[in-house]
Amino acid sequence: MRRFGPLLGLVVTSTILSFMSPYFLTFDNLINVFRQSSVNALLALGQLLVIITAGIDLSVGSILGLSCVLVAMMLKAGVPWPVCIAAAVTIGAALGMTNGLLLTKLRLPHPFIPTLGMMNVARGLAFVVSGGFPISELPDGFRFWGAGTIAYIPVPVILVVAVYALFHIFLSRTTLGRDVYAIGGNKQAAMFSGIPVDRRLTMVYALSGGLAALGAIVLAGRLNSGFPLAGDGAELDAIAAVIIGGASFFGGVGTVWGTLIGALIMGVLRNGLTLLNVSPNWQKVVIGVVIVAAVWIDVLRQRTRTRRRLVRK
Amino acid sequence: MSTMDSESLLSMQHITKTFSGVRVLDDVCFEVRPGEVHALIGENGAGKSTLMKIVTGLYEADRGQVFWKGQPVEIKTPHQAHELGINIVHQELMLVPQLSIGENVFLGRHPVRSGFSRWVRWSDLNSRAKSLLEGLGHPLDPSRPVGELSIAEQQLVEIARALAFSAELIIMDEPTSPLSDHETTRLFRTISQLKTRGVSVVYISHRLKEIHQIADRVTVLRDGRHIATRPISETTTDQLVRYMVGREIGEQCSDNKTPVEAEEALRVEGLSASGKFYDISFSVHRGEIVGLAGLVGAGRTELVETLFGACEAESGEVYLDGQAVTINTPMDAVRHRLALVADDRKAKGLVLGGSVRFNIALAAPGRFARYGLFLNSAREKEVAKDLARELHLKTPSVEQQVIYLSGGGQQKVVLAKWLSADSKVFILDEPTRGIDVGSKAEIYDLIRRLAQRGVAILLVSSELEEILNLADRILVMHRGRISGELSREEATDELIMQLATGGAVH
Repeated sequence: MRRFGPLLGLVVTSTILSFMSPYFLTFDNLINVFRQSSVNALLALGQLLVIITAGIDLSVGSILGLSCVLVAMMLKAGVPWPVCIAAAVTIGAALGMTNGLLLTKLRLPHPFIPTLGMMNVARGLAFVVSGGFPISELPDGFRFWGAGTIAYIPVPVILVVAVYALFHIFLSRTTLGRDVYAIGGNKQAAMFSGIPVDRRLTMVYALSGGLAALGAIVLAGRLNSGFPLAGDGAELDAIAAVIIGGASFFGGVGTVWGTLIGALIMGVLRNGLTLLNVSPNWQKVVIGVVIVAAVWIDVLRQRTRTRRRLVRK
Repeated sequence: MSTMDSESLLSMQHITKTFSGVRVLDDVCFEVRPGEVHALIGENGAGKSTLMKIVTGLYEADRGQVFWKGQPVEIKTPHQAHELGINIVHQELMLVPQLSIGENVFLGRHPVRSGFSRWVRWSDLNSRAKSLLEGLGHPLDPSRPVGELSIAEQQLVEIARALAFSAELIIMDEPTSPLSDHETTRLFRTISQLKTRGVSVVYISHRLKEIHQIADRVTVLRDGRHIATRPISETTTDQLVRYMVGREIGEQCSDNKTPVEAEEALRVEGLSASGKFYDISFSVHRGEIVGLAGLVGAGRTELVETLFGACEAESGEVYLDGQAVTINTPMDAVRHRLALVADDRKAKGLVLGGSVRFNIALAAPGRFARYGLFLNSAREKEVAKDLARELHLKTPSVEQQVIYLSGGGQQKVVLAKWLSADSKVFILDEPTRGIDVGSKAEIYDLIRRLAQRGVAILLVSSELEEILNLADRILVMHRGRISGELSREEATDELIMQLATGGAVH
């Protein structure tokens, strides 16, 4: 049930919207929803890894902003776009790794602290290095990653599916993924079983930072611009997608596909409500209600399960 | 002795208490006179804490009567106990570290301005706290936060707090276990102060030497029964140990092997971590079961967790198969094929939300992986099924979450985890704590079979019977040091207890 809950939510939401707006259920629109969700999906994937370890990463929106500005500046300076992409992802991963090292080496009490710090530092630096202005008119080779299509399918959509498939294998089929779940399930037991907890946590925050930078590339490519305010508040959307997708805030639980569905539910809601001429302000209200409702449904489900168990005993 | 004494402050008559069918207290009588220090002793599980929880209103007795100053009373809540003047200084101190000494002393009953019951009179509070502490011989500044204080000073704040409640009876549960010798002496001076004020003290301790120093009388409980109450001057340490242990040495299954000639698997030399344990040296041979006995708080768990790399040692060497090794993290320990079945399986042993298979593979995912990275679920499943069968694990499948297993089942999963990691040295810390009799017997059986396979085993246990039944050799710890070593032949309950309580062996 936990596995199919988010999917059911997506189907129900989509069905209702398709009755309310005839345009909703067209190929163009659905692909558009997916494309619009792609940046959030990339951030949410990193956030998922962190949340499985019972952590939180508040810095992904700002890391996206800083990477976005830096990649645009490098492109403007004439650096070839593949080098720029590689450099941006490396910088994002390095910033994320810094989060992880601050958490594990300085023994800060909770990931909230280092990532809150990084959220401010990275956003501040994004403004400092760009002077506060957007950097527009980027080369076509780079823009392809955000705005291009292959056989009608937007490149960001293909990218998201590929990256998600990769991380699905990582989380469910490798020993590293197994360690991530073990740490979230019981950090102390993981430590006592010989798992290098600090190293794995650092890895997870580095991956989250790298994925945020990947999101920056998609966003800058799509908008043909790197701007310092990019990804403002995006960390909260990413957290929302992970939670709607069935991951537990207490750690140890969560899947890649659940998170993708979580990101799509948010995209579908925003798209559908826009089609219905609902103002962005009211859209926020709806999203807020959905977040709380999704978790509440999960709580209810768990409670009935325990009750049933008790009855059986 | 159990007659209603007119001069008694507290008198508990024929107290019986049962928990889910198990009689924890059986017709126990206990009496405290005004201004006396009355020691209450017994092995773990003898019923001391339960008796004191009845006095302080946490439990209700099934049968029996409590008299306070000669009047029958019913103490149903801790609040009622406070009202009467009964206070307890807990083993885990119950203070708010962020608040000041003065605030802690008067927590919940700040002196207030008349008519404004929410308006605290700070000056009054501090001066009253100060005079209480001075009366106990320790002029501490009442405005200091409690978090800054040493454990000994915090105890003092708890005692002052009890006096602020106008306590006439203070119960101290193992007060000296976290204290240094010097601090212990100071605490004894404070207790003498209390006596001169006419306050009675019930003093629970395992340390028999201390009891002779501080107590006027002593009561011994064993297996929930009252064994003896004597003036301390008429008892000896030996006699008290005999009262505490009492039972005849049970029939042991004497396997007639003691593989002393086998190779040394683990050797520890001069291992120290200050405040925890000092200068520990011992060795365990292949196929040998070495018991590590001692009282709770003797430093055994700290020692084995340090050996396993979970805590830091300050000095000392560890050798495995004759080679010096450095173990700084549990990961190093696992790489050297060391296994630790920790004292708290839920906190340190298992991912409760994970499946049996997940947990069994936890310590050795690489062993089941292709290219060291990709999991081999089929192989994992196979190994998990084999181990579940071997250990008689009762579970519908290896995909079952371990949270739904019994305590014994969970412990078997922890053991299976280390079996699948192919460990050569097993450190077992209280391996049968809180599990059912059937699983217990199966785990004993497994421990013996492991030894027969040549695994070296260090068994930490507070159950003397368990150690006497399983161990080939027994080390005893007392206050962070190894106080003696006994061979299987010479070991008795009484000898172990003597070494564990710091008494000399004759």
